[in-house]
Amino acid sequence: MANVDTSKLRASNRQAGRKRWGTVFIFLLLFILGLFMALPIYLTLVMSVKPVEELFVFPPKLYAVRPTLDNFRDMFRVLHQNRVPFSRYVFNSVFVTAAVTVLQCVFSSMAAFVLAKCRFPGSKLINSVIVIALLYQSSVIYIMQYIVMAKLHMIDTYMALIFPAVASPMGLFLMRQSISTVPDSIIEAAKVDGAGLFRICWQVVMPNQKPALMTLIIFAFQGAWNIQTGSVVLKEQYKTLPTVVSQAAASGLARAGVAMAAAVFLLIPPVVIFMLAQRQVIETMAHSGIKE
Amino acid sequence: MAVDTKKSSKGGKGGLWREIKRNKACYGMIAPFMIFFIVFTVIPVLMSLPMGFTDFNMAQPPKFVGLSNYTTLFLSDKIFIRSIRVTIVFALLTGPVSYVLCFLLAWLINEMNPRLKTVFTLIFYAPSMANVYTVWKIIFSGDMNGYMNSILIDLGIISYPVQWLTDGRYVLGVTIVVQLWISLGAGFLALRAGFQNIDRSMYEAGAIEGIRTRWQELIYIVIPSMGPQLMFAAVMQIVSSFTAGTVAQNLVGFPSTDYKAHTIMTHAFDYGWQRFEMGYASAICMILFVAMFLCSRLIAKVLGRYTD
Repeated sequence: MANVDTSKLRASNRQAGRKRWGTVFIFLLLFILGLFMALPIYLTLVMSVKPVEELFVFPPKLYAVRPTLDNFRDMFRVLHQNRVPFSRYVFNSVFVTAAVTVLQCVFSSMAAFVLAKCRFPGSKLINSVIVIALLYQSSVIYIMQYIVMAKLHMIDTYMALIFPAVASPMGLFLMRQSISTVPDSIIEAAKVDGAGLFRICWQVVMPNQKPALMTLIIFAFQGAWNIQTGSVVLKEQYKTLPTVVSQAAASGLARAGVAMAAAVFLLIPPVVIFMLAQRQVIETMAHSGIKE
Repeated sequence: MAVDTKKSSKGGKGGLWREIKRNKACYGMIAPFMIFFIVFTVIPVLMSLPMGFTDFNMAQPPKFVGLSNYTTLFLSDKIFIRSIRVTIVFALLTGPVSYVLCFLLAWLINEMNPRLKTVFTLIFYAPSMANVYTVWKIIFSGDMNGYMNSILIDLGIISYPVQWLTDGRYVLGVTIVVQLWISLGAGFLALRAGFQNIDRSMYEAGAIEGIRTRWQELIYIVIPSMGPQLMFAAVMQIVSSFTAGTVAQNLVGFPSTDYKAHTIMTHAFDYGWQRFEMGYASAICMILFVAMFLCSRLIAKVLGRYTD
């Protein structure tokens, strides 16, 4: 909490020379836009606690008259009818998400540092392949991934869920762009001091990359949490929460309440991670700064 | 930019090998990422490249058909031509608008105090985390229970419910609104991080140099030091606006009325996953990829020196 206070203090120093109404105007602008942005999410929340008879009334209300948790109860009842215990799905999701997030952040950071700051035979090629991979979207690519995984005997294992998500070109691109703003002189200085690339990466560069790393954590977590087991996992005991929850909620508007409950339920973990990571991002501003 | 520029690898084969050996630490650092990247991304991409020249229905092995997929696409597939038009309209309306929005909002949020920063960032980013097609379907529902219709009827603007999701006049507009709503995603967050990473001393130095207004700060301090993040956001924006298709499919159905919201990606989905003509579908994707690639080169030129 002390951190927040010091940053407030410093921010007010910087803004001392500014017009106060400017800040107020910006706040109002963000507030109004924010209302529009938040409205559908708010409606999702409201509808998830609306009893069925309130869902389709005219005129539609912006709040629930008699809020209830029936939708959530219905959702869990459907989930508990599966052969596999509910806790197994929770475990699958937690395990897959944790593995993907950790591996992706560690591997992307190291690779991004080298690709941003070192030139070696092949570095240019790799850099452009990353961007190309980001742009290349094809409906057949999943089939090819399936074929590769089938050849490696990974179908119906956790590997099929974790491995393809580990090397995300987007994560690497994000980190590379951010690290490329680090002055070369810092790295040169560390080299002169005899530090190897691995140490420079984790002890010199990464501590100053908190905003980008936290953003990467948000992306990685969100991507991994939403992994749909789809075609690579057919066995029920390897399915993840989003897969089974959306199965429970899939019936169109007739089960709108349950669908809303499912949307709210699945939104909780990414939002928690987002809040934790974003706090870190904002605290960095108060302290750090790259010194040449 | 690069640290190791002392020697170029022009000394023939032996020189190249020496270069590689000299940089073996670099290869070691990228190896973990590259192994996964090559196995699960590069190889599947390479395998998918020739598919556009084949007739492939997933049941039988692909059959080479030369350029016939491409000639069919451009010469006799009227719906494809229409989907190009829809995609261009869609990308032109959503891409630049949400790119500018991402940047402006990231900047304005940066002017708030830390607590408000977190709250506003969450509010604007939340749509990219949630799966909320159902709620939009209810908002734009075609009966009087839909929020949009109910409000407009109350205000006396319309006297009967509008079929937002099935009337050919509105489907593209509705899709664009929802796409814009969820478009403050990866690019926005990366820009927020970029703002946080700007060194405080830069602002202080700027103040000494005589920078007074927020606007001057933006032009002279922020933009020059955010080039890499701007490029990242641009690429993400290109991808999301060109490959948009899921929004339309979830919202206005598939196929949409009169193919009014039928993007190239939807067309590829149609052939790939509805008719199982994978060869044809990959030809469609290839065309889209070329368009996105050219677009990203163009933007890289515009952002110029900021992108190494």
